Amino acid sequence: MESVLLRARGVPNSRSIDTYLAAGGWSGFAKALSMTPDAVVQETIESELRGRGGAGFPTGRKWSFVPKDHPGPRYLICNADESEPGTFKDREIIEHDPHMVLEGIAIASYAIRSNTAYIYIRGEFVRWAALLEDAIGEAHRQGWLGRNVKGSGYDLDIWVHRGAGAYICGEETALIESIEGKRGFPRLKPPFPAVVGVFGKPTVVNNVETLACLPHILTKGAKWFASIGRPKNTGTKLYCVSGHVKRPGVYELPMGVTFREIIEGPCGGIREGHTLKAFFPGGSSAPVMRASEVDVRADFDACAEAGTMLGSGGVIVLDDSVDMVETAANLAHFYAHESCGQCTPCREGSDWARDILDRIVAGHGRPADPETLLRICRFASQGMTICPLGDAFSLPISSIVKKFPEEFERHIRAASTVPQKKLPVLPWAGSRPGFGS
Amino acid sequence: MSTKPILSVPTEQLENTTFDATMEERILELLKRYPTTRATLIPVLWLCQERYGWLAPGVIRAVADRLGESPAYVEGVATFYTMFYTKPPAKFVLQACETLSCAVCGGKELLHHLESRLGIKPGEKTPDGVFQLVGVQCLGACGTAPVVQINDDYYENLTIERLDAVLDDLKGRS
Ligand SMILES: Cc1cc2nc3c(=O)[nH]c(=O)nc-3n(C[C@H](O)[C@H](O)[C@H](O)COP(=O)(O)O)c2cc1C
Ligand code: SF4
Ligand code: FES
Repeated sequence: MESVLLRARGVPNSRSIDTYLAAGGWSGFAKALSMTPDAVVQETIESELRGRGGAGFPTGRKWSFVPKDHPGPRYLICNADESEPGTFKDREIIEHDPHMVLEGIAIASYAIRSNTAYIYIRGEFVRWAALLEDAIGEAHRQGWLGRNVKGSGYDLDIWVHRGAGAYICGEETALIESIEGKRGFPRLKPPFPAVVGVFGKPTVVNNVETLACLPHILTKGAKWFASIGRPKNTGTKLYCVSGHVKRPGVYELPMGVTFREIIEGPCGGIREGHTLKAFFPGGSSAPVMRASEVDVRADFDACAEAGTMLGSGGVIVLDDSVDMVETAANLAHFYAHESCGQCTPCREGSDWARDILDRIVAGHGRPADPETLLRICRFASQGMTICPLGDAFSLPISSIVKKFPEEFERHIRAASTVPQKKLPVLPWAGSRPGFGS
Repeated sequence: MSTKPILSVPTEQLENTTFDATMEERILELLKRYPTTRATLIPVLWLCQERYGWLAPGVIRAVADRLGESPAYVEGVATFYTMFYTKPPAKFVLQACETLSCAVCGGKELLHHLESRLGIKPGEKTPDGVFQLVGVQCLGACGTAPVVQINDDYYENLTIERLDAVLDDLKGRS
């Protein structure tokens, strides 16, 4: 397959605007400027492009929710927070092809009639933020950004806004709060950002990879894009593979290849002397899959049917050397650290889950622990919280408990019966009517 | 890679921080980017951290004054984000990723090695103030695990030997 999003990887000087222009860059935006904004939205709807940030929401439809009669400004935000464990694709695009990101932002901004766009990039990506700043400077000098772009009468400014270390700011409403100069506390929805977003104005938040698809959709057409992949799961996808494969990395493949094809193909299979045990198909917030589920297709709908999610396309591969209880404990530490603390089930639940899992790993597990973990997870998901982080922490942990019960049993059977002096947590014993189950 | 050391200005010298012309110019430039003053808060905190090495109480007060916020508000925002230092950092902050992909690809061993080589636990600084060890969450570079970020730079695909060589070099230059 021909590379689309990664075509600049390995090309000398790929970041410069001249290289980008020579490869046909910025012509998608030129084409958009010759169309009406509504026609750009329509073209994107027809391409069936779905958001690559995690939820897989149809991009053109999301844009169409922005009220047309709104008098004030509207904003486009490029989400380059890239904080979901297992995800490292947006950095790859920015590193090799920052102009592709800017052009995508320009097309989306024009489609929703916005004159200001922000790129929210995670604070740790200091070097990559600088690459974007450089590219913005070049685009300004060549008239692709700024006032009256190429004589079209359309004005656009793009500003880079660095985060400062908080996973939750990848969630779009927390991100919006963060740009406004506040703590990254997610907002209750509705209202949705498309209606009331940053600075109280209609706002669209799109992921870097989603935006990077747009120049290609504009130049090659919605039909071309929709012909790649599978129905309703169109285009190419950047799969980021980490963990125990021979060749971890970012690979661009048509949407809907199987996880086996990804792992055994470009990744070269599992490292020598080991076999596949489990994998997270779409970042650490997706329910875990067993080795036997490796033939599931890596697209939004097939993953949902299999009870998991494609998420960000971050495939974390674990081989037979890995202890799944330790894996659950590792993730519980992550979510307990990143919970913003607004909702009790997420704030307390993630701490409890972490402490219980640590206790099992430390050899003090109790027979009731797996069931207690499942209760905590139930309590923090299913819409009991302001934002989906409650689910993001519950789903991987409850799926590990359910799919690998023998590993919990092994730990708990071997557990010391000597009582601990200091118990990390005292979760409720047995069942309490009306409490979380 | 030549990672720049952090030079933290001592607390006393930041007691009555005022912004000079260069700083003021950069703040004015930032104010043009957003429709509200408050939205410049995080970018201004970044400017200050680059300039002074950390966000001393005197810096927090100066930012609050300049942007028309209360010091409590500014501190509340600053402490929400893990990358803002409200205590003076060491010259080199070693941020070792502890999340899953790194943990299963040698990250755990790397962190243990750092602890024993430097004789400190995560969160602590070496007595000479050169190194500080921090366990951090996923750095978004899991395909090149294990990863350690040192100040502004990413060090990827690390082994104990490579990391040792990096630390020897940084130590020599400090
Ligand atoms: C806890 C949490 C973290 C998220 N982190 C990211 C992220 O780092 N990058 C991203 O693009 N989207 C992230 N999202 C998804 C965003 O909320 C939003 O749906 C996405 O940016 C929309 O872009 P898309 O329509 O192009 O997918 C996160 C969501 C949640 C709930
Ligand atoms: S679910 Fe968790 S992260 Fe989301 S708003 Fe509630 S406490 Fe914060
Ligand atoms: S797990 Fe270490 S960089 Fe993602």
